[in-house]
Amino acid sequence: MTLRRLFASIAVFRLLSRKTISAVMVFALLKYGLKGRYRPRPDFRHAADLKPSYDVVIIGAGGHGLATAYYLSNYHGIRSVCVIDKGYLAGGNTARNTAVIRSNYITPESVRFYKESVELYRDLSDELDYNMLFTQRGQLTLAHSDATVRTFRMRAEVGKHCGTNIELVDRKQIREIVPQLHMPEEHRSPVLAGLWHPDGATGRHDAVAWGYAARAMDKGVEVHQRTEAQCIVKEGDRAVAVETNCGTVHAGNIVQAVAGYSSVLAKMAGFRLPIRSYPLQAMVTQPLKPFLDPLVSSAGLHAYVSQTSRGELVIGGGSDPYELYSTRSTLDLKESLIGHTVELFPFLARVRLLRQWAGITDMTPDYSPIMGESPVRNYWLDAGWGTWGFKATPVSGKRMAECVANEKMPAILEPFRLARFKTFDLVNEMGATAASH
Amino acid sequence: MKIMTCPLNGPRNISEFHCAGEAVLQPDPRDLSDADWADHLFLANNSLGVVREWWCHTPSSYWFIAERHTGSDEILKTYPANEFFRERVDFDAREEGA
Repeated sequence: MTLRRLFASIAVFRLLSRKTISAVMVFALLKYGLKGRYRPRPDFRHAADLKPSYDVVIIGAGGHGLATAYYLSNYHGIRSVCVIDKGYLAGGNTARNTAVIRSNYITPESVRFYKESVELYRDLSDELDYNMLFTQRGQLTLAHSDATVRTFRMRAEVGKHCGTNIELVDRKQIREIVPQLHMPEEHRSPVLAGLWHPDGATGRHDAVAWGYAARAMDKGVEVHQRTEAQCIVKEGDRAVAVETNCGTVHAGNIVQAVAGYSSVLAKMAGFRLPIRSYPLQAMVTQPLKPFLDPLVSSAGLHAYVSQTSRGELVIGGGSDPYELYSTRSTLDLKESLIGHTVELFPFLARVRLLRQWAGITDMTPDYSPIMGESPVRNYWLDAGWGTWGFKATPVSGKRMAECVANEKMPAILEPFRLARFKTFDLVNEMGATAASH
Repeated sequence: MKIMTCPLNGPRNISEFHCAGEAVLQPDPRDLSDADWADHLFLANNSLGVVREWWCHTPSSYWFIAERHTGSDEILKTYPANEFFRERVDFDAREEGA
């Protein structure tokens, strides 16, 4: 029996990439393989009842909320932190995204911000001692029109200027990067060029939230699931407490990180946001042998495809055509997504779909997030994450924690302040979403 | 297939329609500060509940009002725009020097 376990652990060992293997891991693995009994190791400590007050209350136990709790407790010494969620841990958009990590944006403000996120992701498994299955496989975006080629050129130059790996590639290079791609020349809108972003990556989305939660809980952060914020209590222009279905909890500072429900929470706090909520649908196919290394997307076809480490193809695209707070799936959108994916990879036509789902995205007019100060004092916003929230999880957590701990906006968040809509200083990222909406 | 009932064309596939967002009364641009104008342009109620919206049946280019629940996607009512916008809106330019 022990020998079989040893072989099993060697098999696991061989699956790991060479880069991550260190002597420490070899011994840990051998020790684990030779153990007589395997006890499950609990990741999370379940919190008792809500306390009457905390230094910081974070509404929303998704990636962003948990990351903020982690950086507050581990880097700023603020351990009296409580994360509440009306559902369960990481059950919202953290569980519903397509796990794309990239920094190939169009404005220098965004490139700098998302670049920091990609860099944090790179070291996140070590930082949290939790395997994110982070793989930097590169992302290829396809242009089917001259206008798109022009934006790609601009994105490549802005990216290079800010120090990211990005370049414009021609059809021949595209064929080398993804030989399986179907690129007929006689086509109503042939592939003209591509934007190749070797920094592009993917990872296990649930693990990101779980890792942050586990390490935050180690420092005393409490996570309360099935605890719904029902009212934000204010004294003058200052937010002081949150009323929940489990009682009222007082807070020095309150952070809202609730994605699709941002407007609903803001209404409780007494203000409106430049946000509209749309469902975003995605799906995965049955597992196939690994054939697709990079993440492939096409702005013209409104589709993006990547293959997970399990072999499933993740397919995502544009948002639904009208506002909705429901995560239902529609045949119309599935049909167009599948049609466009089959155009890119015709041999997938007979592959079966395994799962389909939707998340509620909080879209802003300029396709950039809204972070930091709100019209209510001590009430902080981490909102407007639309379809680009997952890739920003580490940086938004880190910077929101800095913002709340110092009660002052860090310079990197300044461009994303809510007040930009009053002064018409929008950060236009419309051309840089993976599939234009 | 989801069906929407157009006040002019009757029940049609929802893919024939385009939603233009919540129907709100436009503030008078003549006495509006820049900040209020920005609010009108960008801020949204984005309510979870029954919302009154502008819709257009694109093949016939017919604009009308629909009442829809943004949680269940149930379309409760559709009717011509003049049932909501009862008064004529004039956008006269302010006279020079006034």
